[in-house]
Formats: sequence, structure tokens, C-alpha cells
Amino acid sequence: MLIFYALLLFMIIAALIAVETKNLLGAVICVGAIGFGGALMFLFLRAPDIAITQIVVEVLSLIILIRATIARHVTPVSGDREFVGAVVSVAIVLTLFVAGVKVLDALPPFGDPIFVRTPGAASQTYLEQGLRQTGAANIVSSVILDYRAYDTLGEATVLFTSILGAAAILRGKSRKLVKESDA
Amino acid sequence: MKGMTVIVKTVAGWAKMLVFLFGVYIILFGHLTPGGGFAGGVILAASYVLLLLAFGRRFVEEDLPLALDSKLDCLGALAFALIAVWPLIWGGGFFVNFLLKHLPESALNLVSAGTIPLSNIAIGLKVGASLFLVIFLLSVFSDDHGTKTRATGRIADPKE
Repeated sequence: MLIFYALLLFMIIAALIAVETKNLLGAVICVGAIGFGGALMFLFLRAPDIAITQIVVEVLSLIILIRATIARHVTPVSGDREFVGAVVSVAIVLTLFVAGVKVLDALPPFGDPIFVRTPGAASQTYLEQGLRQTGAANIVSSVILDYRAYDTLGEATVLFTSILGAAAILRGKSRKLVKESDA
Repeated sequence: MKGMTVIVKTVAGWAKMLVFLFGVYIILFGHLTPGGGFAGGVILAASYVLLLLAFGRRFVEEDLPLALDSKLDCLGALAFALIAVWPLIWGGGFFVNFLLKHLPESALNLVSAGTIPLSNIAIGLKVGASLFLVIFLLSVFSDDHGTKTRATGRIADPKE
């Protein structure tokens, strides 16, 4: 329970810094820190799939945001600060590498399902009770449209909204084309 | 986009029916065999994309007007939302499989699994219509033979 409060505190502090700081790049990095805090939270709540999704979305959006920020203004670093920055970067990359090797060791071997290691995992229940509780022979269908139908509703909404946005943009372009051809 | 030769058109006309039927099968049997609303919807859209490539835009525009397509899209989304909210009105939870209690011990039948086939149909309608809508709108801009669409999505005649 303590880890959740620590993560929450970390995320709140990062959010405050992101709102208050004058440095745009710092604000973007703080927003990224909030996202990774959320991913850690999902991991401790035993929802690794959502944590993976969160991390992937976070990395993508962070890269895009940092790219957009750097295009606006870049802070030049030289001399001692450059050396310190390089050392810190190499240290962080090495730490991540060592941690990654550790994590790979902890992964279950291929073909050995994860719910064997964690009894009480939701996937075990889905496999055992799926046909009896939902009546669907296709277990994937019973998960995405019964156990996790709320998630599917969200996906359908995302699809609907993105198609709406794409159609709006494309129609704006076509209106321009019509005007140009009329002129 | 004027369309391709007679050979391609004839084959595409037959293949489109088969692909469409396969999409319907994938959707209707989504709770029994691999597949479901998303996969089947993409196959439905693909059948019309085949038609679009072979016959050109104008033919598909008459076969499946954009207004009808966007209505189907909204209908699918609305149906899925209704399936979610319906049990809430009649004293259940959000997304409770409310048809299941009327159909006990009917697993592996086509009519089974309560609301899951209905959800599959709704999602298939939604995904197929919206995917085809986007591909159609994108195809408008690859065409520079003087035919431009109006803001309403209607194909404008170049002589207009």
C-alpha cells in the first residue's frame, strides 16, 4: 500500500512541476514521468497488459512531444555540463540494460503460461468458466464482448472518433479542392 | 478512376460476393469460431474496396451511397451502445449479458451466448462502414482527372 502512496506523491509532484515550470522541455519530461508512474501503478495492481499498453503509448507520445519541443527551441549545453550529461546518460542506459537482463531472467519460458505461476490470475478463471458463464465457444469472443465488453466499447468509441476526425479533415481538404477548381 | 478491364470487372464482381459472404460468416459465427466483429467488419470493407478498385469510384458511389454508409456506421455504434445500456434500464449492470438466462445449455449453437452475437453484428457493421468510409474519402484525392467531390461527399460532374 505504501508503494501506491509513494507513486501517487511522485505523480502529483511531477504534475505540479509540469504545470508550474517555465521550461517547455522540462514540462514535457514531467508529463512523461506521470505516465510512467501510472504504468508502474498498473504493474503493482497486477495488470501487466494495461501497463504494457500504457508504456507503449507513453513512449510514443513522449517522443513526439519532445520532438515538437526541440523543434521550437533547444537549450545548448557545453563544457562541464555536457560531460556530466553524457556520463549520466550512459549510466542510465547501463542501468536500464542491467535491469532488462534481470527482467528477461524473470520471464516465464516460452510455452509456460503465466497463470501457472500466479494462482488466482483472471486468465485462469476465464479459461475454466468462460464457456459455462458466457455460453460462447470462442474464448476470445467471450472475453472481449462479455468479461471486458467495457474495454471494447472504449475501443469502438476510439475508432468512431478517429474516423470522424479523419473524415472531417479529408472533407475540409476536398472543400478547398472544389474552391480551387471553381476559381 | 474509370475502372479496369472487363476481365477484372467480371472476376471482381464474383469475388466481391464471396468476400462479402465470408465477412458475414465471420461476424455471425464470431462466438463459435475464430473471428468476430472487428475481423468480419474489415472483410466487409475489403469487399467494397475490391469493387472500388475494379469498377471505379462512381459505380461504388451508386452501389453504396456515402450517406447510407455513414448511417450504417452510426447505426452500428448506436446498437452497441444500446446493448450496453439496455440491461441497465431493466435492473441489471452495465454490459450484463441479459439474454443468457433465457438460453441455458445452448452452448455451441448458432443462437447462443446471449448478447455476444448481437454485439458482434453491431461492431461488424460499425467497423466495416467506417473503414470503407475512410478508404473512399482517401481515394477521392488520388484522382486528378477533374472530378472533385463537393463538401457533402457527392461526386461532382466535371462539366457542372
